Amino acid sequence: MTDPLILFDLLLAGSIVALAVAVLSVRDLFTAIVVFIVFGLLSALAWARLAAPDVALAEAAIGTGVTGALLLKTLHHLRHFSDGQTQDAARDLTAVQPVPMGVTVANAAFCGLVALGLAVAFLGAPQAGPGFDALVSDAMPHSGVAHPVTAVLLNFRAYDTLMEVVVLLAAVIAVWQIERGLTEAPAPALGMVWAGFARLTLPAIVVIGTYLLWKGAEAPGGAFQGGAVLAAVGLLLLLSRLYVPQPSHRGLARWAFVLGTGVFAGVALLVTGGGRVAFQYPPEHAKTLILLIEGLVTISIAVTLAALFHGREPVALNAPESRHDT
Amino acid sequence: MTPDTIYGMTGIAVFAIGLAGALCAQDRLRRMLALKLCSVGAGFLLVVAAWRRPPDVPDPVPHALVITGIVVMVSATAVALALIRRLQTLEAEDAD
Repeated sequence: MTDPLILFDLLLAGSIVALAVAVLSVRDLFTAIVVFIVFGLLSALAWARLAAPDVALAEAAIGTGVTGALLLKTLHHLRHFSDGQTQDAARDLTAVQPVPMGVTVANAAFCGLVALGLAVAFLGAPQAGPGFDALVSDAMPHSGVAHPVTAVLLNFRAYDTLMEVVVLLAAVIAVWQIERGLTEAPAPALGMVWAGFARLTLPAIVVIGTYLLWKGAEAPGGAFQGGAVLAAVGLLLLLSRLYVPQPSHRGLARWAFVLGTGVFAGVALLVTGGGRVAFQYPPEHAKTLILLIEGLVTISIAVTLAALFHGREPVALNAPESRHDT
Repeated sequence: MTPDTIYGMTGIAVFAIGLAGALCAQDRLRRMLALKLCSVGAGFLLVVAAWRRPPDVPDPVPHALVITGIVVMVSATAVALALIRRLQTLEAEDAD
């Protein structure tokens, strides 16, 4: 009766919950971020167990990998700027006052009630009711691709995906505005081993990212997973200073940010006419159009994620200093 | 006990832990981590809803929704972290 896989599920579920508690209870922030990365990878494993390999890939690459890199970079920045002050001054800045016990208890009780309500709703809901499975499998022959998740993302619900790319574009615009004129913490120096590691892994990452993108048409993978893996190339180049962003590269970067959104929206509008509405690709050209969109969106995602990691817009060197003096 | 019940309850537990953290944590970075936990918990519930007993293939629509959610969350995280960095720098300048 007891399936060994159920034991594995219970063990994995227990570890995930324990790690989630540890993320919030560990004192050191660096440890918390590392625990969070482990938590994300185990969640990806759980999703792979639930037959969702696309989601698992996206969570491992974007939700854990890129997010972890962003968190560690922010922590480095915070530590650099609080080192200048004494410990007391740093504590004053963050205005940490002990929370009254009553407030903590009330919060915990509230969260417990929310969890209880959700659990009752979840256990009472009809299990494995009819979803969109039948609709999707009926429409698959017209989608132009063989993998259902890619068909949903790039064809049946393409409008959602376009808006998702727009959100990514909005994020990079916001980050550039927020960090305008911000003094940057100097990047940590990386040793010889690191440079050699980057040289060895860069070509491999490029191949893996491109493979994920190409494979997305018939198997798990696709623009977002491939884009995130290619963004890792950008991160490595930035960290190892093989590439240093120059102010003159801003124009090219801006074009790369809007490329995906622009082509996606352009294709969606150009296929209209002759009784078709926006996003309704003609079935005979669907595969070509989806590949075109995916390829260019991948480039945009990779450049945007790398820019989000770098943070500050590469402006001329004297600009932040003059801003700093005022 | 089936995987969907186990991981469904895991998702609810992770969401509740994240919610508690977002309400109680004082450090900004820690609060951001708590909100990330909430989003992963919500992802768990959607993936569980898409799951079907093995011979059947899962429903692809919730999978696509979770992928969209992950990308939107990384965008929101990047903006929040930029705000945190900016606030810290401003506070450090004020203290000097």
